[in-house]
This record gives sequence, structure tokens and C-alpha cells, in this order.
Amino acid sequence: MSVIPLRRPARDRIQVPTVTLAHGGGGKAMKDLIDDVFVSAFDNDLLSALDDQARIALTELSADGDRLAFTTDSFVVDPLFFPGGDIGTLAVCGTINDLAVGGAVPRYLSCAVIIEEGMATDVLRRIARSMAEAARAGGVKIVTGDTKVVHRGACDKLFITTSGVGVVRRGLQLAAHSVRPGDVVLVNGRLGDHGAAILAARGELHLDAPIASDCAPLHGLIADLLAAAPAMRFLRDPTRGGIATVLNEIAQASQLAIEIDEAATPLREEVRAFCEILGLDPLYLANEGKVVAVVPEMQADAALAAMRAHPLGADAAVIGRVVAGSAGRVTMRTVLGGRRVVDMLVGDQLPRIC
Amino acid sequence: MKYVDEFRDRGRAAALIREIEALVGEIGASPQRPIQLMEVCGGHTHSIFRYGIDGLLPGGIELVHGPGCPVCVLPMGRIDDCVAIAERPGVVLATFGDALRVPGSRKSLLQAKAEGADIRTVYSPADALALARRMPEQQVVFFGLGFETTMPATALTVLEAAQDGIENFSVFCNHVTIVPTIKAILDSPDLQIDGFLGPGHVSMVIGTAPYEFIARFYKKPLVVAGFEPLDVLQSIWMVLRQIRDKRACVENQYARVVGAGGNPAALQAITQVYELREFFEWRGLGSIDHSGVRIRDEFRSFDAERRFAVPGASIADPKACQCGEVLKGVIKPWQCKVFGTSCTPETPVGALMVSSEGACAAYYQYGGRRARGGAA
Repeated sequence: MSVIPLRRPARDRIQVPTVTLAHGGGGKAMKDLIDDVFVSAFDNDLLSALDDQARIALTELSADGDRLAFTTDSFVVDPLFFPGGDIGTLAVCGTINDLAVGGAVPRYLSCAVIIEEGMATDVLRRIARSMAEAARAGGVKIVTGDTKVVHRGACDKLFITTSGVGVVRRGLQLAAHSVRPGDVVLVNGRLGDHGAAILAARGELHLDAPIASDCAPLHGLIADLLAAAPAMRFLRDPTRGGIATVLNEIAQASQLAIEIDEAATPLREEVRAFCEILGLDPLYLANEGKVVAVVPEMQADAALAAMRAHPLGADAAVIGRVVAGSAGRVTMRTVLGGRRVVDMLVGDQLPRIC
Repeated sequence: MKYVDEFRDRGRAAALIREIEALVGEIGASPQRPIQLMEVCGGHTHSIFRYGIDGLLPGGIELVHGPGCPVCVLPMGRIDDCVAIAERPGVVLATFGDALRVPGSRKSLLQAKAEGADIRTVYSPADALALARRMPEQQVVFFGLGFETTMPATALTVLEAAQDGIENFSVFCNHVTIVPTIKAILDSPDLQIDGFLGPGHVSMVIGTAPYEFIARFYKKPLVVAGFEPLDVLQSIWMVLRQIRDKRACVENQYARVVGAGGNPAALQAITQVYELREFFEWRGLGSIDHSGVRIRDEFRSFDAERRFAVPGASIADPKACQCGEVLKGVIKPWQCKVFGTSCTPETPVGALMVSSEGACAAYYQYGGRRARGGAA
């Protein structure tokens, strides 16, 4: 007797143009939606088995390192599509990056979606394809997931939660409290692109800003960086709250001070202009393809060279230094030669009115 | 970036600071007996902290941060009125983002929004009018605030709404006027200001003539100043030069934007739509005669205060709050009893902690821990 193949043939596309509550009901409609949209896009055996869990051999994982890294993140971006990516690319890259900055090799992701009824099936397909592409580029597999459909108004179009596991390289101990005075602070490129792109894409500002999100998986760049600078102290991706927030977190965890140089901070002209017009500070704008690295001075040149040699690090720069002194404080030498404190932001950046 | 980088040049700034140091020496000012200069406008306060200008100036100069942050000077009673309007069924309140976190006596607009009021952030009164056109079933109320800088835009929007017969749009008018306020500060007995940096954007609308009384009757120099760091430094240098020469006149550093006669079209829109209130209440400064405007009778249907009965209660500032003394330059932000303890940007007690242009928020954010008593 032959085994019935679990993977459905591609011609079995669902015919309904929109997602309805029936697709969240746990019955055939839901199974068809999952097969059509997610299983076919993510295309791997672990997922296609459609078990309640993906089972991964420990021996296979332990080849990469000696500890498991485990992270989760939810994505609620509005609009769903923006220059440089969409909620799908963001959901995959964000979780890959959260693993990578811990020194882990990202391996497997989960994908849980909450869909507002009425969403166009084609839009969902497009987002699933984006996730699949980002996963391929990031060297990870999406191996388990969940689908819920809620009443109109109970969520805004689509929310995605991805969790991820990766394997931490042997011997690597990245920690904010391990930074030392004299360490050098680097970033792999121009800051604030994602935050500015999203604000512009919302269209409320009526600003036609040609700014694309920097959304990208950083595992490759970080692998090169760790090979070039094995004494790396700490890595973090400056997402919400921007680079200012990450620097403050490092300063507080290490009880040291950080000094950055405004003139050395890489910024796209368009983002600078965007911030000038709206009274925003680019140091607080979100990034989705950037990493802040703190390196001992002796390996700073090697780290910078490794970043610049990678396609995602062409505009990498040294932006500052860790110093002894006022514990937990971040200061910036301004373009004018003055000095100011760069504090954490309380809430959102509110545009100034005059 | 063209027209921006020229005004932030480090070499030129250093040269200006050397000249300022020389002038301070000639005047004989010292950290013990400093010259006190007030920058009237919150935009200047922001620039001063954003670029670290205060730290570059010699100790003989003390900057006093004036009342020119329109969000900061809104009294609690007006916020309460605005919350009351926003909480009415069928009302959509459109506001600049800065006003969302200003504390009222019961709650801020941000809290009212979280509790279900329909409050939207807009970037201009025209956005609010567009909202009214899109939502004919709703009453859209624009929270109009600001000095003469933002007054014309609100006025033109009211004129457009009147012309197009838009019936579901009105303005909760909190616009204030700068000159009576400067006069009130000058008349304050505990004030020791030696000179002023005049507000650049307000002057773009009203011109430079309205400040003449400051030079003529109070014998204080005033220089209308731009907002880029070199503008601020050059304006300080110009005020100091007057003080050294024992002159007091109105000078215009921001001539690339400000004309002596202001903007006639903007002034005409202001005159057409608003009339002076007998008095208007300011947070920290109390009631100041003729310092606010209301919408003229002719446009009464666009006046939210008349369309919706507002409580209109006058609420005293919190007792511990010393915003008024900070505004007048009597104390520095960090000398306030609640600065950095019960009053922080997360939980502002006084309005100066709310907007990024408020002196306390600027100290907290950009000078923060030095001001809270740590080493400089």
C-alpha cells in the first residue's frame, strides 16, 4: 500500500478572494488556507508534516555551537507594505537579527498570524512569499505556525509573531556589562531609514520622501564581523528607540559612559532632510538592518574592515567610544563642537509645532 | 545639506565664540555677575540644547529660557476644556502632537484618547479641515494653539471653511500673542534680564516694529534671531555688542526670513478672523491682559467654545510646580523643587517638562544628569 503524500499539489489553490472567520475555524477551510498560503510558500518537510510541533535533532543543532538561543517578537507595522519591504520581511528579518546579535547562528522560526476577517487572500499570499524569501536569504526554515482569524476591528489587518531558535557559537560571551573603557562603538551603515520610511509611507505627512526601509537579515554580516573581531564585547540591533536607546542600555548595563560624534554618525541625506522638516532626531528613529558593535580598540580596524567588505556594511563607521566617567550617561559631540546628553526617549517622538 | 550645513559650521562657531568671550571681557561680566539673556522662543531653547551651545558660551553669560513654548504655557483649565470637548460623542479632536501629553487637572488628551475619545494628530489646521470634509457625520474640532507663527494658518483655514460652507468644523482657539507677554515679564519685579533674543518665526509674521517699546521704554536690547546654531551665536554677539556700547535697540539677525513689516497677508488674515481677549491665563505666569485671541463674532459658528459649552474653569497650577519662576528666569529648571523627582518627562507636573521646547524637558533630556546634581 502506498503512502498518501502529505504535501498537497500546487493546483489546489483556494478560490475565495478574502479571508473569512471560517478560515479560523479549525476545519477544512482553515487547512486549505494554511496549505495554500503558508505551507506552499515556506516549503519544507518539517512544516509540511503539519504536526503540532516541529521536531529537531539535538545532534544537528550542536554542530553549530553549545547553547541554544531562543527569541520572540510580534509585528504590527502599519502600513503592511512599505518601500524596502513588508510586514513579512520584517517579521523574519527581525527575529533572525535578534538571534544573530546574540552571536547565534539562526536556524528555525515559527510563524503565528492573527488575521482580521476580510483580508484579501492575495495580499496574504504576497506576505507569505516575502517571508519565504527572507527566510531563504537568512538561512532559516519556518517550521511551525498558527493561524487565527478575528472579527473585523479586533486587530488591524494582520499581526505576525515569529519566534526563533539559533545556536550560539562556542566560546562567545557577548554581554553589555562586559564593555570596557576605550572600547570602540561601530555601526554598519546609515541610521534611521526604517523609521523614516514607515512615517513617510503612512502618507499623513504628505511628504514624498524617497526613503526605503533598511530591513535586512544581518546573520551574514555578523558572522564575518565575529570572525574578524573575535574579542567582540557586545552587539545589538537598534530597532525601536533607535541608536540612542541602545547606547543608553549599554551605558547603563556597564555603568560606563559613551561618547559619540555627531559628525561621524552616518545618515542618508534624505533622512536628514526628513528629520529637519519634521523636527525629529534620527538617533531615535528605528532601524531594521543595522547593528551596533562594541569592540576592543585593538580589533576595531578589523571589525570596521569586515563590516565594509559586506554588502550590508558599505557605509559602516566608527561613531564613538566607551569611556570611564559619569556612569550610564551617553553624550554627543555636536557638529558645532558643543556637547549634549543623549537620553532615552519617554514615548514617541512628537513633532514640534514651531 | 544646502542652506543648513552653512549655519552649523564648527570653525565659524569657534570664531564667534572667541568674539563673544572678548565682548564679555570688555563688559566685565563674570560667572558671579553674569549677563542674563532671555531667548523668548522655545525653538531657540531647543537649538541651544540640541547643539550644546550653552556649554560653549563663557561663564559670564547666563541664558534664561523664556515663555515662547506655546504648549508649555497652556493652563490646566484649558486642557480640561479641550478634554471635555474631545469626550463629547460625535466629536473628533484634531491636535498637534505636542499637546497630547500636557497634563490637565484630571487627565491629558493622551489619557482621554486611551479611554476612547477620538483624538487625531495632525500637522496643520488644513489637515483638520480635510478630516471634516471626509467625515461629514462628525464634528471636527481643531485644537488651535501657538503664537503669531501658527495663528495665520488657523485663520486661513477658518476663512476657507466659511467660504466653502463647512458646517462640521470648528476651532478651540488658544492662540496667544507674544508682545503683551514680554511686557508682563519686563514688568515683573523679580526679573533681571539684560537683553533678549527675539522670536524669529513670530517676527516673520509681525515684523520688528512691535518690539520697539522694549528698547525705547525698558532700555533693553533685542535681536530677532534665527534658529540655526550660528544664528543663535551671532544674535548673542549682537546683543552683547549693544550692551558694551550702552545702546538699546531692535536689531534683526534673521533678515533672510524676517522683513521689518512682517507678512501683510498673514497679518490681514489674523485681523479678519481674531479679536483680542480681555485677558488670557498662562501656566506659571497667571492672567495677562490682551495676551490671547478669540474668534470674531462674524465666524462664531467656527468657535468651538461657543458651539460646545465648555466648563471654562480656572484651575490653579499645582502648588509644588515652579514653572512660573523658571519662565521668568528667577530660578533654573533644576532648582525647582520637583524637577527630576516627581516632575519628569514620563510624569510631567508642569508644562515645561512636556514639550521638547520646554526648558525643563530640554534640561532633562539634553543636560539631564548634570542638571540633576551630577558632575558637569
